[in-house]
Amino acid sequence: MAVPAFAQEQEITLKSGPGLEEVERNCAACHSLAYIPMNSPFLNAAAWSAEVTKMIKAMGAPISDGDAKAIADYLAKNYGA
Amino acid sequence: MLTRRGVLGATGAGVALAGTGVVWPGSSKAQPAGTKLSPGVPSGVDSYVTMKALPGKKPLIRLSDRPPNYEAPLEYFRTTITPNDEFFVRYHLSDIPEVDPKTYKIEVGGEGASGRAELTLDDLKKMPAFEVVAINQCSGNRRGLSIPHVAGVEWGYGAMGCARWKGARLKDVLDLVKLKPEAVEIAFNGADGPAYDKTPDFIKSLPVWKATDESTLIAYEMNGAPLPHLNGFPARLVVPGWTGTYWMKHLISITALTKPQGGFWMKPAYRIPAGKFPVVARFVSQEDAASTPITEMVVNSLITGYREGSKVKAGKVIVTGLAWDGGYGIRAVHISIDGGKTWSNAHLGEDLGRYAFRPWSFELNAKRGKNTVMANAINVIGQTQTSALIFNPAGYHNNVIQNITLNAI
Repeated sequence: MAVPAFAQEQEITLKSGPGLEEVERNCAACHSLAYIPMNSPFLNAAAWSAEVTKMIKAMGAPISDGDAKAIADYLAKNYGA
Repeated sequence: MLTRRGVLGATGAGVALAGTGVVWPGSSKAQPAGTKLSPGVPSGVDSYVTMKALPGKKPLIRLSDRPPNYEAPLEYFRTTITPNDEFFVRYHLSDIPEVDPKTYKIEVGGEGASGRAELTLDDLKKMPAFEVVAINQCSGNRRGLSIPHVAGVEWGYGAMGCARWKGARLKDVLDLVKLKPEAVEIAFNGADGPAYDKTPDFIKSLPVWKATDESTLIAYEMNGAPLPHLNGFPARLVVPGWTGTYWMKHLISITALTKPQGGFWMKPAYRIPAGKFPVVARFVSQEDAASTPITEMVVNSLITGYREGSKVKAGKVIVTGLAWDGGYGIRAVHISIDGGKTWSNAHLGEDLGRYAFRPWSFELNAKRGKNTVMANAINVIGQTQTSALIFNPAGYHNNVIQNITLNAI
């Protein structure tokens, strides 16, 4: 279930599945979930994993190893090539 | 010191957020955006995107809200000057404060300067004012059309706009603090910031030679009005000819450096593979063997009068469009209606200066059925568009010759 962070932000409903909770808890803290469907369906598993790594290494996102794996797997499965 | 907290109303209850994002007073109904999208963007964009009118804006293509990335539809490029309420919106980071013009200050200084200065908006407006008509185009404009697709904000054609900017010369501001000979770059920071403290702030630099160019301005007016909030109120950098990444919004600090600016947003972000693009303007202090910062825009054109697949009446059809480059000037726009076998000149319209859109038009005699129209802009130093995409993983500099089909009945 997508929760807009504040009133008026576009509501993005992501596909259900394992890892969705980790995505919403980690990713939505900093930015719209819109980036996910926007970047679909052309990134393969390696490419999605690289995006998650970029969020951690370049953007400083405090994502645990377990959450990072769950997120990357979810994106590859539901929004991947 | 400007606070990074916004002046918002409530954030969503129970959601822990560091930044408070953008004010949306009032609301406007979201409309489907499908037909407004540029052909070729990833199909995922169409699954969620709508048109929305932000405060002070006409409906734009709402790619994201936090941070806001809103693109102009093709219809807004049928005038050479893009009105403020049709101008696209692009931010990297989600904490965008409403800046109070009464307390606004730009701090100027750095190791590469002998002095320091603090300018209020009034100080800026008292300095000699200059105007330039210039295109602000996102470095990643047309990234969504890349083949293969690449990650990032999936812009179609519309992350650009051409406005008449008015402000003080950056050179004159730098003269106040007396640049030292050993200054190599000037770095810029804006009032917007990341939602999370560990995310690198958006800081960009320019080489001294470009910073001190007579056309590089600190602009406080856009098309005769104060800058819209979402386009950088109260003042932003205007860097004619160079891509939008350098046009720092809500400018609050100008720092002369004796060493190259580091940080994510200079490297690895915003770089192109070395030697891959025929650009003239180089950012030498930031180059390495593999890559160089994106600098000037590549020569390009856009057919604006008709969308791909439009129905027209057989007979005389006038196709209109725009052409532009990195500031050398458009020499010609070549049009082909036989798939690229032969080309003729479009009529070039009003010249608003080398940094502005150049409008063009072409009259064709549309035959019943499919008519293809290709457009190739050539600039005064002989650069042309490309027939095959010059692929790069960041999706920059897409200037493939456009080819649209008109269906004449």
